[in-house]
Amino acid sequence: MAPAIRLRSAVALQGRFPVLSGVDLDLAAGQVLVVLGANGAGKTSLLRLLAGLVPLTSGEAEILGADLRSSSADVRRRVGLLGHDAGLHDELTPVENLRFALRASRLDHGRAEPALDRVGLSGRPSTTPLGRLSAGQRRRVGLALLVARRPQLWLLDEPHASLDEVTRSLVAEVVEEAAAGGAAVVASSHEPELAVPMADLVVTMAGGAVISSAPGGRGGGGDVA
Amino acid sequence: MWRDALLIARRDLTIELRSKVGLWQILPFGLLALFLFAFALGPRTDLLEAAAPGLFWLAVLFSSILAAQRSLNIEGSPATREANRLLGLDPAGVFLGKVVAMVVELLVLEVVLLVGIVLLFHVSVASWAFAAPALVLPAIGLSAAGVLYGSLAGGASTRSTLLPILVLPVEAPVLIAASKSLSRGLGATTPDAGRWLVLLCVFAAVYTVLGIALYGPLEES
Repeated sequence: MAPAIRLRSAVALQGRFPVLSGVDLDLAAGQVLVVLGANGAGKTSLLRLLAGLVPLTSGEAEILGADLRSSSADVRRRVGLLGHDAGLHDELTPVENLRFALRASRLDHGRAEPALDRVGLSGRPSTTPLGRLSAGQRRRVGLALLVARRPQLWLLDEPHASLDEVTRSLVAEVVEEAAAGGAAVVASSHEPELAVPMADLVVTMAGGAVISSAPGGRGGGGDVA
Repeated sequence: MWRDALLIARRDLTIELRSKVGLWQILPFGLLALFLFAFALGPRTDLLEAAAPGLFWLAVLFSSILAAQRSLNIEGSPATREANRLLGLDPAGVFLGKVVAMVVELLVLEVVLLVGIVLLFHVSVASWAFAAPALVLPAIGLSAAGVLYGSLAGGASTRSTLLPILVLPVEAPVLIAASKSLSRGLGATTPDAGRWLVLLCVFAAVYTVLGIALYGPLEES
């Protein structure tokens, strides 16, 4: 399988503080990587680097076949990031938020309704302003955006946080569908019991570096040095 | 760029229509400012007539700061800015779209305030040939400068107080030129009114071009 992510001694700084201090990582398309670690370990920074939102200070980073240093704008268009805040607009409905994002991405805005349907937000919630939805429903809308955009690399920052049991299962299903469709998935998590079963590979971070790696419950195989 | 601009303008205007911040906060603020100016000047008709264009533009200028802050709040959270970058939106298109939306809002405000000065300051429009460009050109200039300087102040935690300090000195030429041009539109004898309109044109063009060139790097930083 073609490498979706290839990092070699990747270092990223926030101000003068190294948030990533020499990460080596390989992940193929169609694989799921789960990143574990305590708060401040560098999980979110790793996701933001992979999204092209944090500049690479030193080392090498190749994402989806593009050099992150020279082609970060190209990488961003092919990546989907679901963080704690999906960057959606409270005044717009889920359908309007997704249509806006799809039009901005030069994609068919007709994908919005099926994606919302997939995450269980059809009917009235899909046409209610986002600000009136619950935290869990808002997370579903963020997930629906990824479903609709179909990025080649999914980056999920603690995707199980503040979700009920049903939605947590939904996350696992959607991740599995994305990986089966050929996308690479990287998810950070504080909840190994939920995240590890959906992973091909699990890495643990501390102090901005990967300190251990192990196979996950999905049974694939990436390489981490 | 234009495609993204229209997309952003439509989104910003939809959000403004839904939130009604413009209707219930910015518009009343502008009207309140006009009322207070009128009360402060007293009942002398000649004084009110002479001061009307300047006070009109002061009210618009202060209201435009609120409109710029409101426009920036739509893109205010780091997550929203990052979402724009991940969607591949052209920064120049985002800038232009925000300017277009703010111009529409300011034009609505100006029409309401124009009715206000007609009623409160006993003036009437004598020449639409001067009054129309004297309303449209400053709206473009104020919007372009407001969005650009708003982006410059965007990362600061003190953004709401920093923006007026950054933008008011820069917009002083607009206040003068717009007042002179509108004064001519309201029937006063204003020498070189045409040149003031040219200045408004140049200001709008310069800040639009600067914004198109700089908005992307400012957002990236």
